[in-house]
Amino acid sequence: MSDPIIELEHVDAGYPGAVILHDVSFEVRRGEIFILLGGSGCGKSTVMKHMIGLNPVLAGTLRVAGEEWTRKTRAGLCRKIGVMYQSGALFGSMTCLENVMLPLEEFSRLSRTARREKAMSLLADVELADAADKMPSEISGGMRKRVAIARAMALDPEIVFLDEPSAGLDPITSSALDDLILKLRAAKGMTFVVVTHELPSIFKIADRAAMFDKARRGMIALGDPRELRANSKDEFVRKFFNRGETHG
Amino acid sequence: MKIFEAVGRRTCEMASSAAADFAFIGETFASAASMIVRPRNFRFRDCALAFERASFNALPVTTGIGFLLGLILAFQSAAALKMFGVEVYVSDLLAIGLFRELGPLVTAIVLAGRTGSAFAAEIGTMKVDEELDALTTMGLPPVRFLVLPRVVAAILAMPVLTIFAELAGLVGGALVLKMMDVPTVVFWRHAASVTTVFSISFGLVKGALFGGLVGLIGCGAGMRTKSTADGVGVAATSAVVGGIVAIAVADGLLAYLCYLWDL
Repeated sequence: MSDPIIELEHVDAGYPGAVILHDVSFEVRRGEIFILLGGSGCGKSTVMKHMIGLNPVLAGTLRVAGEEWTRKTRAGLCRKIGVMYQSGALFGSMTCLENVMLPLEEFSRLSRTARREKAMSLLADVELADAADKMPSEISGGMRKRVAIARAMALDPEIVFLDEPSAGLDPITSSALDDLILKLRAAKGMTFVVVTHELPSIFKIADRAAMFDKARRGMIALGDPRELRANSKDEFVRKFFNRGETHG
Repeated sequence: MKIFEAVGRRTCEMASSAAADFAFIGETFASAASMIVRPRNFRFRDCALAFERASFNALPVTTGIGFLLGLILAFQSAAALKMFGVEVYVSDLLAIGLFRELGPLVTAIVLAGRTGSAFAAEIGTMKVDEELDALTTMGLPPVRFLVLPRVVAAILAMPVLTIFAELAGLVGGALVLKMMDVPTVVFWRHAASVTTVFSISFGLVKGALFGGLVGLIGCGAGMRTKSTADGVGVAATSAVVGGIVAIAVADGLLAYLCYLWDL
């Protein structure tokens, strides 16, 4: 858990003509669960969109697995990452099994039977083997997110990005999803980058976290969230971790 | 100064939108070219599904409209031609008009309203649900995955729909003339005498071209959908309006070319 797998150096995050976060620098280490956190609209999802190559950074350098996102590196980098979107983003016209098989069909050289077996094994990892033949519209939001995690892991990526995995889920389902992330990290040794502002999830799964603030348009804290809660001198950080209340 | 600023901003927006449209069209053609080289990468199953929805499911509507079109045209023209005792020439008018012009035109307008808007809504909903982002981060270009199968399906569906609409239109015309005591066999003989292989094929090729335009504009509108409450609705409307305008412009251009080349 030492060498960096994602590096941001003096990155300006946002969209052309609108800088949301200025001069962001941090690194994500191989094998850790790293959280991007902050209040609503602070730019944490924007940072993730830069990391997964959906939007180019406005300034600075961002490297994923040692490479910057360019036209030449895109195809290779796409194989190294898996992404679970907030809505799950499963394809509605395909069954859960077909959704998981899709990346394998497009990029692996496995036979159809082997692809099917691997997809079934991934669904079993997320405890959804029974739902293989169901359509995404027939399963719950939490199940859709688990299928999306299985799909994100189909090509054995080095990094898995999860956008708001707990959003819209009840506390029990949300906690089960956290357990699943910990289980998958232990079993497969992948790096997880998670965008969330759910405190129970953060304290349960995070190794380290970067916190962003909308008002200061930048990163305001970096480190173990438990230590940040206990030792941070920043009022916003303490207020955030204490659910809006400051204590001393 | 505010007027100049507004005009400038609007001009920049239009230029940027036009650039995005050209980029989309270019990407679609590039993707189509790469499919010719590597046909294995083409999504045949998605294309077949889109073809079924665009053609067989639309057959009752287009055939019905074709039938009514023939019926109305026959009634309108027969009234005038009857004054000269030549109402039998309604069949000539219908055969030439439907095969060369009205068949593909009316069918394409129905396709724009039905299939173009459906393409925009499907892709637009996928965009709002982040499915396009999911494809991109999986390394699957949305144009190859979603746009190309639908455009090909629309191109293939149009000739099928057009021929049925044209035949239904002729049946409508035959019925009207039958009511005016013109024997059906005379109607069909007249229609056959003015129908050439060229006029049928010209209409079908024109239909395929219109199908491509409807597919491209519908999918393009879907790809540009904004994540707002009315985003998908706006995309569907824009697909229909854009599709009909494009069909009219393309039809006008083809009519001019036919005149130039004496076709």
